[in-house]
Amino acid sequence: MTTRTSPQAAPLRLFSFAAPSRFYALSGLLVPWLWAGAVVMTVLGLYMGFFVAPTDATQGEVYRIIFIHVPAAWMSMLLYLVMAFWAVIGWAFNARLASMVARAIAPTGAMFTFLALWTGALWGRPTWGTYWEWDARMTSELILLFLYLGYIALVNAIDDVRRADNAGALLALVGTVNVPIIYFSVKWWNTLHQGASVSLTAAPKMASTMLTAMLIMTVACWLYAFAVVFMRTRGIILERERDTDWVRALASGGAR
Amino acid sequence: MNWGSWQEFFDMGGNGFFVWGSYGVSLLCMVFEPWRAAVRHRQARAEARRRLDEPSDDD
Repeated sequence: MTTRTSPQAAPLRLFSFAAPSRFYALSGLLVPWLWAGAVVMTVLGLYMGFFVAPTDATQGEVYRIIFIHVPAAWMSMLLYLVMAFWAVIGWAFNARLASMVARAIAPTGAMFTFLALWTGALWGRPTWGTYWEWDARMTSELILLFLYLGYIALVNAIDDVRRADNAGALLALVGTVNVPIIYFSVKWWNTLHQGASVSLTAAPKMASTMLTAMLIMTVACWLYAFAVVFMRTRGIILERERDTDWVRALASGGAR
Repeated sequence: MNWGSWQEFFDMGGNGFFVWGSYGVSLLCMVFEPWRAAVRHRQARAEARRRLDEPSDDD
């Protein structure tokens, strides 16, 4: 895996896609399909959410923010764990592509964290009477945003690319302690934020059409995240590998 | 069907500002982010192509 010859030369093994050149080619094929899936699922999920799911008995129509708020909040936590995982893999095994993927995930995770906070604020005003409260759930989610931004700032502040990757991995790893704090905050503390509406162990506390719409929107967010992270990873690969033979061949061929 | 008219749909039971403020900003973010990623990829490709002509460039 240390050779930088053309991708066709090496036989296909389990870790073949850990070679940036192979990942670049494969992800390039997947991105259009991921976008198509994300758009289809979003249209379907919003149709379910706005036209099929009924008006909520206590909250009226404003509850419909849930169809973006909950998927965004789930993605914000999940993407952080995925980012930290790949950052640590890249650090521990000196796997370049893993570090690149970790860097590519950070802006997307920060975006979903911002959306969870933003939609939560707009939902909180009509239902709780306040845009913001320093309760455990909201404060820990805000810290998650700062962890993403801190990771991005740190890896960009160190000139040596691999040293930057490794420093970022340490920060990401330490920050993972915040994710269970966010998740369990509504149980551990008496928060303004309500408890979980969906759990693996109990029946959902919402109408089935509401739940279906929310899960479809979650799938849409997943597909969106894969698509945009792959796009950004491809850019990072070209930035870092621009002096290798395979990128030169790619550039001279005028290929996409 | 929940809505008698488009007016009712946009009004969201008097909470249109909060509902559409949420979805509007989400849409903006989800258009802006992929656009930035595409620009970054395009620039990296252009830079790789530029380097073919100037192989001695040190950076």
